[in-house]
Amino acid sequence: MVSPTQESGQHPIMRRRVLHHIDWTAYLYILPAFVILAVFHIFPVFYAIDISLNKGAINQFKFVGLQNYARALASPDFWTALVNTFSFALMTIFAAIALGLLFAYLLYQGVRGQSVYRTVYFLPYVLSTVGSSIVWAWVFDPSSGLANLALKAIGAQPLRWLIEPKGVFQLIGGQFNLSVPAWLHGPSLALVAIAIYTVWQTVGYNIVIFLAGLTNIPGEIYDAAQIDGANSLQLFRYITFPLLSPTLFFVLVISIIGSFQSFNQIYAMNTAAAQALGGPLGTTYTMTVYMFDQLYTYSNYGYASAIAVLLSVLILILTLLNFRFVGPRAETQEAGE
Amino acid sequence: MTVAFNRDRLIHIFKRLAIHSILLIGALFSLFPFVWMVLTSLKSYIEASAAESFFPSRWLFSNYVQAWNQVGLFPRYFENTLFMAVTTTLGVLITSSLAGYAFARMRFPGRDTLFIILLSTMMVPFEVTLIPNFILMRDLHWIDRYEALIIPWTASAFSIFLLRQFFKAIPSELYDAAVLDGCTHLQFLWSIVLPLSKPALITSALFTFLGSWNSLMWPLLVTNNPVMRPLQIGITSFITDAGTEVQYLLAAVTISVIPVILIYFFLQRWFIEGVARVGIRG
Repeated sequence: MVSPTQESGQHPIMRRRVLHHIDWTAYLYILPAFVILAVFHIFPVFYAIDISLNKGAINQFKFVGLQNYARALASPDFWTALVNTFSFALMTIFAAIALGLLFAYLLYQGVRGQSVYRTVYFLPYVLSTVGSSIVWAWVFDPSSGLANLALKAIGAQPLRWLIEPKGVFQLIGGQFNLSVPAWLHGPSLALVAIAIYTVWQTVGYNIVIFLAGLTNIPGEIYDAAQIDGANSLQLFRYITFPLLSPTLFFVLVISIIGSFQSFNQIYAMNTAAAQALGGPLGTTYTMTVYMFDQLYTYSNYGYASAIAVLLSVLILILTLLNFRFVGPRAETQEAGE
Repeated sequence: MTVAFNRDRLIHIFKRLAIHSILLIGALFSLFPFVWMVLTSLKSYIEASAAESFFPSRWLFSNYVQAWNQVGLFPRYFENTLFMAVTTTLGVLITSSLAGYAFARMRFPGRDTLFIILLSTMMVPFEVTLIPNFILMRDLHWIDRYEALIIPWTASAFSIFLLRQFFKAIPSELYDAAVLDGCTHLQFLWSIVLPLSKPALITSALFTFLGSWNSLMWPLLVTNNPVMRPLQIGITSFITDAGTEVQYLLAAVTISVIPVILIYFFLQRWFIEGVARVGIRG
């Protein structure tokens, strides 16, 4: 953060002393953090790969090579979980970013009570998933829930929400007496309901980050564009959006990692709606839920580890793709400023 | 002239009105579940399960006493969570301040490599380390002990990164002056750097506290004895223990969120600044 001019302003003798002095005590400063992270967060990654090559109970591991991976890739449950994970991620990432951007942009217009709104929007993020999932399970309750009361108010048919295994496109098609082919059924309404709840929970974080990014854009640029006669849509398209793209990129990376790791919302919603793990007909099984089930219910340590490793590889690939293809565009936009 | 002025003014008013209505709808959407939760927690059993009226006909504050006492271990769950969250947060603040300071201010061989290794742990999904850590806890005989709930989480790459960014922004002239005064690194960190880094410290404290207070999967794995379980699991067991008594369940949930909401309200000014700065630098 210190610019070269600032540094050269120091006394030359002192500067040289500071530069050449090695602080051996630095290792003591990083030791506590490093030990904890190495033991509980770095070493376990290699251990997990090792476990994934074995089967059996904890103290009687038997080496089976890549068998667990072969079993996962051959299992229909695994592919269902993978598809569910992708649907869930697509729904939550897209909605949370779009809504986050919209509300941040509206707040940025300098409205009264900006800080009150900001606090209110962030509140769901602070709450425990266990607590808020109980409330949302009631919202989606088929007989007395708020969601169905709202549907009734506009004269629509009530839905079964969290206990509905049918795909959303299948349901929409059903309204018009259309039969939708199986591959187009879409995520189950149960999974969509959990996604709505997840967006409610996470959008506040995006709003705060986007608002910070917006505040960082120099006001003079807007003034200049307005003098040139740009309307508010053009201002957003040609100034706000490009200058915000580094922030957008950051949020995208964080959101992808976060949504592929989602577990608490799905687990807690299944529990609160008195559903078995995986929801109605297993339509809310995601990779994390599947892994947890294999571990907690069946004690398949090797197999569960293989699923976890596959999930990590997937997240790693998506993150790298993001840095490779989206990242550079965000950077050039910023440099073009 | 006046006509044009009025038209502009009208458009302006209309625009403001539209913006405020959207913001207000968003706020209602955010808040409504909380309001419903608190109101239902104050209803009688019949009213709560029928869910016909919005407000309770009689405000039964006694539900909270009932919820606290109904599941015998509820106070214990609360204590466990409080102890776990506070200790974990203190641990993270100590280890991250020290490491963040070393990475921001000190020179030593391998600094950048070590920093990148630490940062890479942020990419690792929690699920991968879950099973090895569970086995490690068994081997250490830490199952059903506070060590298992606390120690693995007393360091955080995110916090180290956040604090290092803040520490780096503190002018080096301050350090040079402190050295001339005979200040050691530890004294400089304690009396100058930390007080100047309030937003970063509060942000990393709040994230750690929230993570610990709301954690579910890890405590579920490493505790079997109900006496050692935290609040979040306690609430799920409440569902079976209390049957369909929604009002007690929601009173319990309300009790579990009050500390978090209070802390958030008092610290949010610094917290938002902290989050915002990470976002910009990310």
